[in-house]
Amino acid sequence: MSDWINTILQGLLTGGLYALFAAGLSLSFGVMRIINIAHGDFAILAGYAAIAIAGTFGLNPVEAMCAVVPAMALLGYALQRGILNLTLGDDVLRPLLVTFGFSIVIQNLLLEGFSADSRSLDSGTFGTASLQLGGNLAVGLLPLTVMAAAVAILAFMQWLFSTTLLGRAFRAAADDPETVQLMGVNTRHIYAMAMAIAMAMVAVAGVFLALQTTVSPTDGPEHLLYAFEAVIIGGLGSLWGTLIGGIVLGVSQAIGAKLNPGWGILAGHLCFLAVLIIRPSGLFPTARNR
Amino acid sequence: MSLLEVENLTAFYGDFQALYGISLQVAEGEAVALIGANGAGKSTFLRTLTGLLPIGGGQARFAGAALTGTPAHKILASGIALVPEGRRLFPSLSVEENLLLGAYAKRPGPWNLERVYQLFPALRAHANRPGTALSGGQQQMVAIGRALMSNPLLLMCDELSLGLAPIVIRDIYAALPQIRAEGIAVLIVEQDTGQALAVADRVYCFQEGKISLEGRPADLTRAQISLAYFGV
Amino acid sequence: MSVRKTTRATGASLAGAAAGFLFLAGAIAMPWWAERWGENWLIEFLYTLALAQGWNLLAGYGGLLSVGQQAFVGIGGYALVMLGVGWGLDPFVVIPIAGAAAVLASIPMAAVLFRLRGANFAVGTWVVAEVLRLLIANDDALGGGSGTSITSTLMGIPVWWRISITLWIALALGAGGTLLVYLLLRSRLGLALMSVRDSEPAAATLGISVRRIKWIVYLAAAFWTGMTGALIFITKLRISPDSAFSIDWTTTIFFVVVIGGIGTIEGPIIGTIVFFLLRSALADYGSWYLITLGAIAVFFMIWVPGGLWGLLTSRFDVRFFPIQRRVGAGRAADTAS
Repeated sequence: MSDWINTILQGLLTGGLYALFAAGLSLSFGVMRIINIAHGDFAILAGYAAIAIAGTFGLNPVEAMCAVVPAMALLGYALQRGILNLTLGDDVLRPLLVTFGFSIVIQNLLLEGFSADSRSLDSGTFGTASLQLGGNLAVGLLPLTVMAAAVAILAFMQWLFSTTLLGRAFRAAADDPETVQLMGVNTRHIYAMAMAIAMAMVAVAGVFLALQTTVSPTDGPEHLLYAFEAVIIGGLGSLWGTLIGGIVLGVSQAIGAKLNPGWGILAGHLCFLAVLIIRPSGLFPTARNR
Repeated sequence: MSLLEVENLTAFYGDFQALYGISLQVAEGEAVALIGANGAGKSTFLRTLTGLLPIGGGQARFAGAALTGTPAHKILASGIALVPEGRRLFPSLSVEENLLLGAYAKRPGPWNLERVYQLFPALRAHANRPGTALSGGQQQMVAIGRALMSNPLLLMCDELSLGLAPIVIRDIYAALPQIRAEGIAVLIVEQDTGQALAVADRVYCFQEGKISLEGRPADLTRAQISLAYFGV
Repeated sequence: MSVRKTTRATGASLAGAAAGFLFLAGAIAMPWWAERWGENWLIEFLYTLALAQGWNLLAGYGGLLSVGQQAFVGIGGYALVMLGVGWGLDPFVVIPIAGAAAVLASIPMAAVLFRLRGANFAVGTWVVAEVLRLLIANDDALGGGSGTSITSTLMGIPVWWRISITLWIALALGAGGTLLVYLLLRSRLGLALMSVRDSEPAAATLGISVRRIKWIVYLAAAFWTGMTGALIFITKLRISPDSAFSIDWTTTIFFVVVIGGIGTIEGPIIGTIVFFLLRSALADYGSWYLITLGAIAVFFMIWVPGGLWGLLTSRFDVRFFPIQRRVGAGRAADTAS
């Protein structure tokens, strides 16, 4: 029994990582209506960057993250302002294909630079430390930290959107990109800001991934799918729904894997499809179907 | 020198020419009305002034600076605010947030949230409701207030009376004198000719992308206006 | 009052038709004059073209963006395993059955996926392809994760026949597919398709059932892609879930249609040619080949959105596959007023 509870706990905490991945996707989709196909690949890129920087300069993971996150934010700003802004409009095809192109380029650049072996960031003793919860239950400190980070980041996003002028501009731009310009909002700039923030979150997710497990150049797409599924399960437009979506996904994967090692990821996908069939607008649909 | 000077302005939607050499001026503090039938080009003209539609040819200068090639958000920052046709409030924002967004460019001036609520007291009660949950007339008030929050030098209003009951239209236009009291110039686009003539210092009539008549309301006869409006 | 006839034939289209006939004749005769490597090359060219035309129909004309067509490639491939290897059926007979299997599978897929729109639909199709990959990878009877060999289904067929029939079927799928798309778009259904692509609300007001159109297009693309998938794995010795359901199929398709020109019939033809040229040019450069591909695709999507064919048509109004009707080029029929 406690075996199962442990499994569910693991799944729950994995859900935190998925929610972290989903947060960035949710932001760029919410503001600019773009699904960044390279979303997962940017996370992997951040993971590799952290590994490379930590290795070259002898930094610990926290320092590596502090170096990588701002760099990725800058990259996000530049890519949005320089390239992705040019693809915006009613045609969904263009941003999709361009970000697909990014995905291919990043994966293969990583392959060229780091070879196909998977790597990880050394988490030292922290990585294996765990919290005993009594009985046979234990949770790893690292997964717990990731979950805490996810909650913190989602809370930050909530604050950003509901109280700040920039958040208001984001929401207005998502409603009406033309009229928001009449308010004096430079949409080219705020879209780039949204992407920068999304990339920063993706970078955090990527570094945590490298810490918790491993990264290899082609791991990106699977994490894009998890992020996407977390968002859809939770309900488009709902921030805390994304967290729940991530948790639901993580738990289904954990339960699936426990039943049969080959079924873990499959169980997650099937759970996603089930939600799509039974409750297409997600667990916490917002009133407006975005 | 006029606040707004437009000379021979042309504008296109793709290959279709919408404006054929518009020339007009708005002086500081003046109220100018643009009247004309549907499709005559009035809203198109406002869109080119606000930067939402590129200027095809000719010149437009505001407070001495050229408008051609200036992006919309910079035009707002220079002092032109538009109350768009159909209000165009942001549904994801509350009434108060809509108003606050109007002050995004942080232009200095007398207008702020409190003054807008004083101008339109009915809005105070709805401050936290979604912008689009209000009646048409109240939404129009929010749209006007939102534009005022940017402390413009020129306030442009596109079809204020569209879809509103006469009594509501009257209430909205009753607010105009208070707005003008601070010296804001006003450019009103109206299909309701009577209302336009009642508030304007000068009037221009649009017809098929050209100006067919201009003058002071007192100097223009019904017949002249009818001719300029319909072209028959 | 005189009524002008509408016509679709242009000088270029007639020339194109002539060139097309010549090409087809030459290709059909290839088993008798060409080297084996030439035939294999053409087969690969043709099935790539078939995949691209299917995707193009879906996205360029149906407005359905799919990042998951590899699901049907995989279904086709594994139909070959189940029926060709498992039941010993003639592999070429399996091809149309594979198409039917793909259509059957696409029905529940569409039912679920059509709840998503736009980019969400696209990623959804990818999830479904992944589900299929994982389901098959977990099925040891089909070879599990490491895959299985196809060769047993081809044993007993003389090599000359095998390659010839493969080539002829590839012609049917690639060139035939192109022709079918062309004929489809000339039909009333095609007009409806193009109107849905241009504006769904407008099409709906004209009484066009947008839902029905999307279903038809999705199933048709599944059918064609399924058959192509079976053909593809006839040319390969092994199949595995990773190769059958690989996103690489979509990557190739994307490159072909983006470079060639989305939403045109000529586009995939040009795109496939360029793709093969680039591939042989960059063959020795490992990952840089894909990096270059990706970069070119990004560049084209932003600055040359109509692809190479779009560039050509904007300069010279040339159409080899004329779909638009032109007024006045035919004889005028006079009617008494």
